Amino acid sequence: MNAISEAWGYLPNYLSSHVLLSMSALLLGLLLSLPLAVLAARYRRFGGVVLTLAGIVQTIPSLALLALFYPLLLLLSEFTLETFGFSFRALGFLPALLALTLYSMLPVLRNTVTGLGNIERSVKMAARGVGMTPWQSLTLVELPLAAPVIMAGIRTAAVWVIGTATLATPVGQTSLGNYIFTGLQIENWVFVTFGVVAAAGLALVIDRLLALAESGLALRSRNRIVAAAIGLVVVVGASLYPMLAVPRHAVVIGAKNFEEQYILAALIRDRLSAAGIESRERDDLGSSVIFRALAAGDVDVYVDYTGTLWSNAMKRTDAPGRKAVQDGVAAYVMDKHGIRDLGALGFENAYALAMRKDKAEALGIKTLSDLAAHAAQLRIGGDFEIFSRPEWKAVMDAYGLRFAVRRQYQPNLMYSALMSGDVDVITAFSSDGRIAEYGLTLLTDPKGALPPYDAIMLVSPAHAHDTAFLNALKPLIGAIDLKTMQRANLMVDRPDNKLSPTQAARWLEQTLAH
Amino acid sequence: MIELQGITKAYPGAGAPSVSALDLAIEDREFLVLIGESGSGKTTTLNMINRLVEPTSGNIRVDGEDALAADPVALRRRMGYVFQGAGLFPHLTIAENVGITPRLLGWPKPEIEARTDELLALVRLAPEEYRNRFPRELSGGQQQRVALARALAARPHIMLMDEPFGALDPLIRDDLSEDYRRIHGDLGLTTIFVTHDMTEAMLLGDRIAVMKDGLLVQVGTPNELLNAPADDFVRALIETPKTRARRLAQALRDAP
Ligand SMILES: Nc1ncnc2c1ncn2[C@@H]1O[C@H](COP(=O)(O)OP(=O)(O)O)[C@@H](O)[C@H]1O
Ligand SMILES: [Mg+2]
Repeated sequence: MNAISEAWGYLPNYLSSHVLLSMSALLLGLLLSLPLAVLAARYRRFGGVVLTLAGIVQTIPSLALLALFYPLLLLLSEFTLETFGFSFRALGFLPALLALTLYSMLPVLRNTVTGLGNIERSVKMAARGVGMTPWQSLTLVELPLAAPVIMAGIRTAAVWVIGTATLATPVGQTSLGNYIFTGLQIENWVFVTFGVVAAAGLALVIDRLLALAESGLALRSRNRIVAAAIGLVVVVGASLYPMLAVPRHAVVIGAKNFEEQYILAALIRDRLSAAGIESRERDDLGSSVIFRALAAGDVDVYVDYTGTLWSNAMKRTDAPGRKAVQDGVAAYVMDKHGIRDLGALGFENAYALAMRKDKAEALGIKTLSDLAAHAAQLRIGGDFEIFSRPEWKAVMDAYGLRFAVRRQYQPNLMYSALMSGDVDVITAFSSDGRIAEYGLTLLTDPKGALPPYDAIMLVSPAHAHDTAFLNALKPLIGAIDLKTMQRANLMVDRPDNKLSPTQAARWLEQTLAH
Repeated sequence: MIELQGITKAYPGAGAPSVSALDLAIEDREFLVLIGESGSGKTTTLNMINRLVEPTSGNIRVDGEDALAADPVALRRRMGYVFQGAGLFPHLTIAENVGITPRLLGWPKPEIEARTDELLALVRLAPEEYRNRFPRELSGGQQQRVALARALAARPHIMLMDEPFGALDPLIRDDLSEDYRRIHGDLGLTTIFVTHDMTEAMLLGDRIAVMKDGLLVQVGTPNELLNAPADDFVRALIETPKTRARRLAQALRDAP
């Protein structure tokens, strides 16, 4: 019951973002597709090229298409900044809009070309014969006659776009997908179901209204067309209404795609709110996306881990000790990007290889060196990032690790995979409450191949000297120890009596106060 | 007056030209019938007059003006055209179909409405009953009447008609062609009328132009053609109505 009412609470925000995104993409797609389709219907060869290209776009997995637009726009934004002196936000709405626009084009293009092509020659001849210019023939005769077929294409596009818009969440655009991505991560199936039902329901309503418009066009029934138009305006208007209430220049809090990040984002939000600073959250961002977003000002504050930046952004492979890495990272982010490192929160969340205790004991594995002797017979599970990160390569090289099988999971599902025996070793996070809960064995790193991973709070260049902002967050520095963070994480992760990240953040806040 | 001077149409890729070096002058208020077998080039000739088809060579003068130098869209708005098989716009009402050319010419709305009703009455369709219907709700003959009204809407003095009544039942067809002959006279129109039916040609035409394989074989009044056919083809063609009447009388006499 609790989860349902919490899910309801997010609906106005998620739905309005979802509707704004998908309707904008649909409109933009239409504005591009219709003229292209008219040209395509007139010039055969051009039509072939356009339809083939739209078909190719359609075969790109939609998540990949969305993900590709972020780096692309970032490059473009850097270019316009250098050449024309302005930049734009490369994260969130824009990449999602462009990807979905491309995605929406094929059905509209195809149906428009078909609809225009199916018009009888005699009717087009008559249009010229009564004295129409080519433009008049198109707008007064050909497009109206093709309208029902075009509308059917728009319907298909609308359903696709509304469904695919749920995938905009990982590129930083809030959508109904937030329910799904966050729900999947914290194993809140009410959230997942809620997101799926909301997206499907929205698609169904829009589809029905467009179907009404389509039949109105086919039967030339003004009543149906007007009813459909009113219905669309009401649905879209009602969905967008909550947007007007959100302050325009709210601070953006970033979070990566796991529990601890959700909890810390909620903690930061509550702190800022207590100081009278309005904020929005962008959840489920990838490690490199979120750091670049902070540098670009698309995100204003988030918690990262020193080792992640040390290895990935700075490309360092040595491990000179916690303090040295911390200082190195703080200097690097300020010099290179003007990012303020407020300091360490007080705990480390390191990448560490973990095994079930029984298995580790049976094989006599305590360290990564021990593991190397058995790795060839073992299966390893990791999250989506680790195997392509430099730390992984460093560990593999240092110990000569080669595994029999490698699998990737949503971080929380990794633990289930380990416990059920689907994999033998996982790349765990040391602050994860489940390590203690499940009694996992963490393998030690005698060669020091992995860097330290102290949690640090990073602030965007725009707020690097914003005293009110910094003062609201400073009390968190050095305030959270590993035990406390593990307990908070477990509250969200445990299968029974689960808390939401917001509730866990409240608990954390109270604990800090004592 | 319409003057066709040596007009030729050769479609790219086709063998012989569809129309070859055709000379023809049509007087004001004349009713000229263009006749010939299917594929002889009648439609192509008609379409070159309002430039739905561009001639490969030759000259066309309409009322002394060079039609090939004129704006084709403006030229078409000045001429009425009735298509083979009506060619009404299926998504427009009868009134919208009839009023289309005046609308393109930017007439004020009330004037278009008045004109539409006037024309529906002229082609004997009760305006209040038919105005707001769609073409699919009308019979073939009624659609052809609407097509006629549409062609007349912008008060053209030249009418181009391509087998306008060809697909209709004989009774309706006779009805309509009689109606049109009257309208042609009343409004003082110049009409070029394509058919492949010699009876229709002789009943309607002031003069008949016979085409064969893209060539103009002979032009003349029905009597001139009857009395002095240019060749055996024209003779056979011009005599079909009489031959059939004779055979009909014979058949009736022999019948029990
Ligand atoms: N668009 C076209 N392209 C190529 N050939 C055509 C085209 N239109 C007509 N023709 C050819 O020109 C000839 C005359 O056609 P048409 O003027 O329609 O004859 P009619 O109206 O006397 O039946 C025919 O052989 C026809 O196949
Ligand atoms: Mg013809």
